[in-house]
Amino acid sequence: MKSKFSRIVVLIVLVAMLVAGCAPKATEVPSTVFKVAIVMPSSITDMAFSQSMFEGLKKVQAEMGGESAMEIAYSENMFKVPDASAAIRDYASKGYNLVIAHGSQYGTSLQQIAPDFPKTAFAWGTSLDTFQAEGITNVFAYQAEAQEGGYVLGTVAALMSKSGVIGETGPVDAGDAKLYIEGFQKGVLAAKPDAQVSVTYTGSFSDVSLMATAAETHIAAGADMLTGSSQSVVGAIGVAKDKGAFWFGTQWDQTSLAPTAVIASQVYDWTGIIKDMIASVKAGVMGGKGYTLTFKNGGLVIAYNPAITIPAEVKAAADAAIAAINDGTVVP
Amino acid sequence: MAELFTLPVLVGILYSGIRLATPYLFAAVGETFAQRSGVLNLGVEGIMLMGAFSGFYVGMKTGSPLLGLLAAAVVGILMGLLMSFISVTMQAEQGISGIGLHLFGLGLSSLLFKTTMGGVESIEGFKAVRIPLLADIPYVGESLFNHNVLVYAAFLLVPLSAWVLNKTTLGLKIRAVGQNPQAADTLGVNVARVRYFCVCLGGMLAGIAGASLSIALINLFQENMTNGMGFIAVALVYFGGWRPFGVMGGALLFSFVNAFQLWIQVKGINIPSDFAIMMPYVLTILALAFATKRAQGPAALSKPYERGEN
Repeated sequence: MKSKFSRIVVLIVLVAMLVAGCAPKATEVPSTVFKVAIVMPSSITDMAFSQSMFEGLKKVQAEMGGESAMEIAYSENMFKVPDASAAIRDYASKGYNLVIAHGSQYGTSLQQIAPDFPKTAFAWGTSLDTFQAEGITNVFAYQAEAQEGGYVLGTVAALMSKSGVIGETGPVDAGDAKLYIEGFQKGVLAAKPDAQVSVTYTGSFSDVSLMATAAETHIAAGADMLTGSSQSVVGAIGVAKDKGAFWFGTQWDQTSLAPTAVIASQVYDWTGIIKDMIASVKAGVMGGKGYTLTFKNGGLVIAYNPAITIPAEVKAAADAAIAAINDGTVVP
Repeated sequence: MAELFTLPVLVGILYSGIRLATPYLFAAVGETFAQRSGVLNLGVEGIMLMGAFSGFYVGMKTGSPLLGLLAAAVVGILMGLLMSFISVTMQAEQGISGIGLHLFGLGLSSLLFKTTMGGVESIEGFKAVRIPLLADIPYVGESLFNHNVLVYAAFLLVPLSAWVLNKTTLGLKIRAVGQNPQAADTLGVNVARVRYFCVCLGGMLAGIAGASLSIALINLFQENMTNGMGFIAVALVYFGGWRPFGVMGGALLFSFVNAFQLWIQVKGINIPSDFAIMMPYVLTILALAFATKRAQGPAALSKPYERGEN
């Protein structure tokens, strides 16, 4: 009985969509609840990329007045693109106002899905391609200028390192991780040109065990300052703590994992971007904008661990690096 | 390249390789028992995740990694019981039920993690136990004899399992049941009981394999933290020709090459990182392809047994 009914409803919706697709203008009244859905590659508790966006959404939700003003639906651990693209399509067809595809691997799928749902706004990150060249107008794009925080943390690491050997470990040599790792390296070498920076990649965003081994290897090679990117670094942070090395985090404040080892983290604050996208959608602009997180627009924040004393001159050097990035004299 | 063959690097590879191999050893030796008795359990990964979570959670709540280990073993046995009920009693298709068990373990461990903890935390797990005298052996001593107790246990498990499988009556029964269950049944061996025992033992070891990550090697729990290790463990059983020492050889080869490729990257050898990351997989495939004598698997592997058939 129920399934028959729902089939009829689906049929009606499909027909309605076809009709609406042909009609020049939508006539329905927008509901008062703004519905946001997000599809992400890892979990909302990953201490990294996905958590930063999810916490950002929750913060905006609280500011807008809670669940009666903004609804958040999420699908996590969608590392596999076919699963993610099914979820994206599902949310779009359920009438969500803004569907966020939070993973650079979702781009191709989004390019295929977005044109089918002209009344839904989509967002894709990290990337700066809104597919305008392909004639798509309902996709926002966002990217963190991860190299900026990387540069600043690299400066701090270089000045605090006793051995002059610094280890970086990332998932794959691409995207957000690559930006961060290269920025960090630049920061280290700018502050201490004779420092030795080694970089490893594990080939996986989720291989906690191999990431821990990578940290072990860096420490065995003499590194006393470590950093890395992706949700799998939680394993590396534990190794740093056990072996007396220090850690720099990115994407999310990782201090809580090892209060004796994490010196500082670059934190992504997506709230400004989220608010602007919501305002745009409410004003009828469904996409076409590319956003970046920078120190200048407040999207990047350095969170120092209060439990670790950082020498005043090191902190001053970090602040100087931020100022130099902001006025353009340093391009990390 | 010469800088790769220095003493600190080789010592480092030895140390990391042994740690990396530990969870594979527990899981793959456990799976060897299950497969030798004729049950293909593809759900190892799911059991590992449940073991990793329960070990971590109990370890955190009680402050005792030992109780955590116990919890992981019990949960592993329960998962094994579920698998044996499905595959031995209900005689379901083993490949599919194993995948089901994996998804069950993945989902349940994530759900329990979210509802009980909600965020990643780290704990104090098993501490490294330095074995006096042996750890003083120059160069290799520290790499081999300064590990936590689960690392030693994983390696002691190998000769123990080989002995049980090859030299004891129980081992004979297990092999008979996996090779020719009809004949074993005729001789009065309870096929179902032996298979239940082996799958539960495999489950227990898989649970401990997960706990070796969450309370001994990495000391935290993250959703899906085993990241496919359970499936590699199943592959290692084939690689090792269903023999515990063969399994250990495979696990060590894979782990040493993985530790080695990280050193290649750390030393800045000019090879693209993607190529270095591929190395353990490529070498494992090559070793498989060129291994001269391939052992035959248990003849009744993945075939449910029903009395009176055939």
